Amino acid sequence: MRGKGAAALAGLLGTALVLTACGGGSSDGGSDSGGASGKGPFTFVTGKDNSGTMPYIADEWNKAHPDEKVTIKQQSDSADQQLSDLQQHFQSKDANYDVVTVDVVWTAEFAAKGWLVPLKDDYAIDQAALLPATVDAATYNGTQYAAPYASDGGLLYYRKDLVKKAPTTWDELIADCDGKTTKGTIKGSKPGCYAGQLAKYEGLTVNAAEAINATGGTIVSEDGKSSTVDSAQATTGLDFLVNGFKDGYIPKEALGFKETESLNAFSAGQLMFMRNWPYAAAILSGDSSKVADKYGIAPLPGPDGHGASSLGGHSVAISQYSDTKGSALEFLKFMQSEEVQRNDLTVGTLAPVLSSLYTDEALVKKFTYLPDLLKSIESAVPRPVTPFYPAVTQAIQTNAYAAMQGDTTTAEALKNMAAAINSAAAGG
Amino acid sequence: MTATSVGVPVGNTADRPIRPYKQGFNWGQAGNLAAIVLIAFWCLAPFYWMLVLALRDSDYTFDNTPWPTHVTLDNFRYAFDTSINSFGRSLINSLIIGTAVTVLSMLIGVFAGYALSRLVFRGKSIVLAAILGASMFPGVAILTPIFQLFSDWGWLGTYQGLILPQISFSIPLAVYTLTSFFADMPWELEEAARVDGCTPIQAFRKVILPLAAPAMFTTAILVFLASWNEFLLSSVLSNGVKSVEPSTVAIANFTAGPHIVPYTQTMAAGVIVTIPLVIVVLVFQRRIVSGLTAGGVKG
Amino acid sequence: MSITSEPIAENAADTSGKRRRRKRDKTIHTGESRLAFLLLAPTLIMLTVIVGYPIIKAIYQSFLTDPGLDSSGFFNEGNSWNGLANYKHWLLQQCPGAGGVTESCPTGNLGAQFWSSVGITIGFTVVTVLLETIIGMCFALMMHRAFKGRALVRVAILIPWAIPTAVIAKLWIVIFDPQGVLNNVLGTDFAWTSESGPARAAIVIADVWKTTPFIALLILAGLQGISNEIYESAKVDGANAWQRFWRITLPLVKPALAVAVIFRSLDVLRMYDLPWILTQGANGTTTMSILVVRQLNSGLNSASALSTITFIIIFAIALGLVRLFNANIVERGTR
Repeated sequence: MRGKGAAALAGLLGTALVLTACGGGSSDGGSDSGGASGKGPFTFVTGKDNSGTMPYIADEWNKAHPDEKVTIKQQSDSADQQLSDLQQHFQSKDANYDVVTVDVVWTAEFAAKGWLVPLKDDYAIDQAALLPATVDAATYNGTQYAAPYASDGGLLYYRKDLVKKAPTTWDELIADCDGKTTKGTIKGSKPGCYAGQLAKYEGLTVNAAEAINATGGTIVSEDGKSSTVDSAQATTGLDFLVNGFKDGYIPKEALGFKETESLNAFSAGQLMFMRNWPYAAAILSGDSSKVADKYGIAPLPGPDGHGASSLGGHSVAISQYSDTKGSALEFLKFMQSEEVQRNDLTVGTLAPVLSSLYTDEALVKKFTYLPDLLKSIESAVPRPVTPFYPAVTQAIQTNAYAAMQGDTTTAEALKNMAAAINSAAAGG
Repeated sequence: MTATSVGVPVGNTADRPIRPYKQGFNWGQAGNLAAIVLIAFWCLAPFYWMLVLALRDSDYTFDNTPWPTHVTLDNFRYAFDTSINSFGRSLINSLIIGTAVTVLSMLIGVFAGYALSRLVFRGKSIVLAAILGASMFPGVAILTPIFQLFSDWGWLGTYQGLILPQISFSIPLAVYTLTSFFADMPWELEEAARVDGCTPIQAFRKVILPLAAPAMFTTAILVFLASWNEFLLSSVLSNGVKSVEPSTVAIANFTAGPHIVPYTQTMAAGVIVTIPLVIVVLVFQRRIVSGLTAGGVKG
Repeated sequence: MSITSEPIAENAADTSGKRRRRKRDKTIHTGESRLAFLLLAPTLIMLTVIVGYPIIKAIYQSFLTDPGLDSSGFFNEGNSWNGLANYKHWLLQQCPGAGGVTESCPTGNLGAQFWSSVGITIGFTVVTVLLETIIGMCFALMMHRAFKGRALVRVAILIPWAIPTAVIAKLWIVIFDPQGVLNNVLGTDFAWTSESGPARAAIVIADVWKTTPFIALLILAGLQGISNEIYESAKVDGANAWQRFWRITLPLVKPALAVAVIFRSLDVLRMYDLPWILTQGANGTTTMSILVVRQLNSGLNSASALSTITFIIIFAIALGLVRLFNANIVERGTR
């Protein structure tokens, strides 16, 4: 297979370059060679530790591996800046970026650029205990390139004082709103009906992809090279959002909503339903929330039965330019171990990737949304896995937004979306 | 001084107080006062609102009461909480970057300003046009190549990587303002020094430099403010490295964790960034105005 | 004295400096040219390195290809000769389609946004500069007349100018929030930053707020330079207030105004921070600068072409404005 050959070649090339660069470039020391056996102290580059889980990880790892200590380098907490920092260091073949945290949507690009060590052969990791969706999201062209360690999925937050039980379908959701909400705005005497993250930014890609995936529509083909979004299923899916604005079950303010704004509105009692990530639960139960005892959590609704969530989350991957790949591989396994996963959840409220933790009684007691989150992630579809993600997400945002604003029909928007994605894949 | 640069008949220097000329329609005292209040409101209302929000409990962000309610200093404490944001560090970074840019631009610009205003040589207007052209330059035009270059050199997220590109607009600003200032200074003294046997360099050092000190100081303030306020280059070239990031970028990226944008806390940070500027403006108001009107360049 | 606009302005601008220089020209010292060159060298070297070199590099790169995907699913290096393709992509909206054909860039491709971003940027420039000039003129006239409270205004007027745009943009976000104070005060119900009309208005408001006082200052300086005698004699000649404003005040502040308008126009043409922080370019607020920054993520060589085009457009507009106002900003510096 050609792909394999090229990957191997890229690997060899990368190793060769590292070997020549090692002499002066690397401060890691201690390593005797590249390849799977490379052992020694290494650096783990990750986004800002908002969840506070990194100290535990560093302590536990270093205790068990005194000769292969990990140094954690924290980047900023803006995803854009993390991305460009990684791109920069990979481009300059930095041997000090041994293990990196990769957002699910960057995996394909990094893999296609030949920056990540494919997790196969000597580097294969058993992923059977993991939620399959998280592994899919770390896979490009049939090869896994990153080891998922934190997942994330969308949830439906609802007002249990206003509806008896959470809706499982879109039609139920709309029917629930009838009479109990003010149409088209969050500022009426009654709350608005439903909102997600629908401003024109990355969140819209997530929400639009969820709507499209819920109806069985897809955005890009398996190989990531062409678009499949111009379909009847996708039209039905996107119409849920488009008609929301037309019929008033999504308030017009939602066109400016990011995570914060939607959460603020729901927590002020101005929304009956909200799509958001699990992190919102802690804030909604907090002091400043007006709905602290009045909200419930459920999986996202869909056209018939529960819908699809977009998969969020992060993986860890080994840099092709690292000279401590052996230690790095062990670290990847460590990040997926039950102790780390458990700590990530209890300390950092990060959604685990190990399926067993979602049914762990003690954990479910503490995090009551776990079963719902499991449903959400089990049904989750990765956002488009494509090496042209920046252009693809632009294509999705621009066209979905135009349709929601009523500037264009849903069908037209999807046609343009498909064309723009194809054009991106062709190098435009 | 300000007057000559915008075209004043000789007999009327700015040093003499100017009586307002009655232009027929007389609004009277009340009208004038209303005008003053209107302008002051225009200029101060948003800043006032920033202050009110900065002092307001974040749970009441959209309270919209026009005076301070739910007053708390929590937002300020939060802004300086290093476990959440590196805002305090960014203030120091802004100071370091601003000082470096100012010193560098002044050191280089003062010579150019002197040459352009005082010396007669061929190609002067071409040089001046080139410098002006550089100041009109869209930052994005140099951003792409500089980003790539610095990426290759490992200069993204370093002090030098943030300081040097700012020279592209700070040198033209300094040269242009200094040239205007120098052109308005009394020539006769320099010529007298030259007649007394000073070389041009001696004349510059002994006569002009002391005379020019206020002008240079003013120019330095303008350059520093321009650097303190810069955003585009810094936001891209700091590349998320908190230890060198200036305050404008820190505030733009102010968060309270993933997906949480803290409004009132950001306002507190904004107030802290703005207060030194307000003090500078209060103290050096006359100088800044003369600098702005001499150079006609926005900072 | 008759009331004609041009001669007064010309004379006013033309006095002392030039006459003195003419006298000095005769006493040029031979060493001056060399000294001037030495003094200018650091500036010119710095600008060549920091502005000149990147520009030339960008122009060269704008003719090269960006990395593309080969059949095995890996990126190639790119950087092969691409002719004018990058320019055609932006200017003529040519995009590669599926199957190797060239097609018109579909909505959602950054290329398709090029002309709209040009239009938006120029639209912002015309509207904000016009508003700033008109309101700034009113402010300047008010301040010129007023004595009481002038000290207060003199300080107040510098504050909007001094606050960093990035900081104030964050404040405008809160003010423009659907639940924010502006809707509250106006009794309106706009989702300011998420509808295209209000989003543009929001950016214009924020920019006009910040820079009007600055323009007013420049005009005020011009006003303070006008001698009372001119008005007196005009009054004797029977000119009414409107005529005096139109034929004396305006021509005399014109040089200051022209410089302000030119520099402000260039600032708005380059605008990035305000729309970036307020709307991220959504709802018809993607300026040329925002488009360049967005493209940085998906192809640096194509971004180089875009930034070169942006530079040429802004340069052309600047040149046009200088012609239009007949303003000699270069001379101004040395006068």
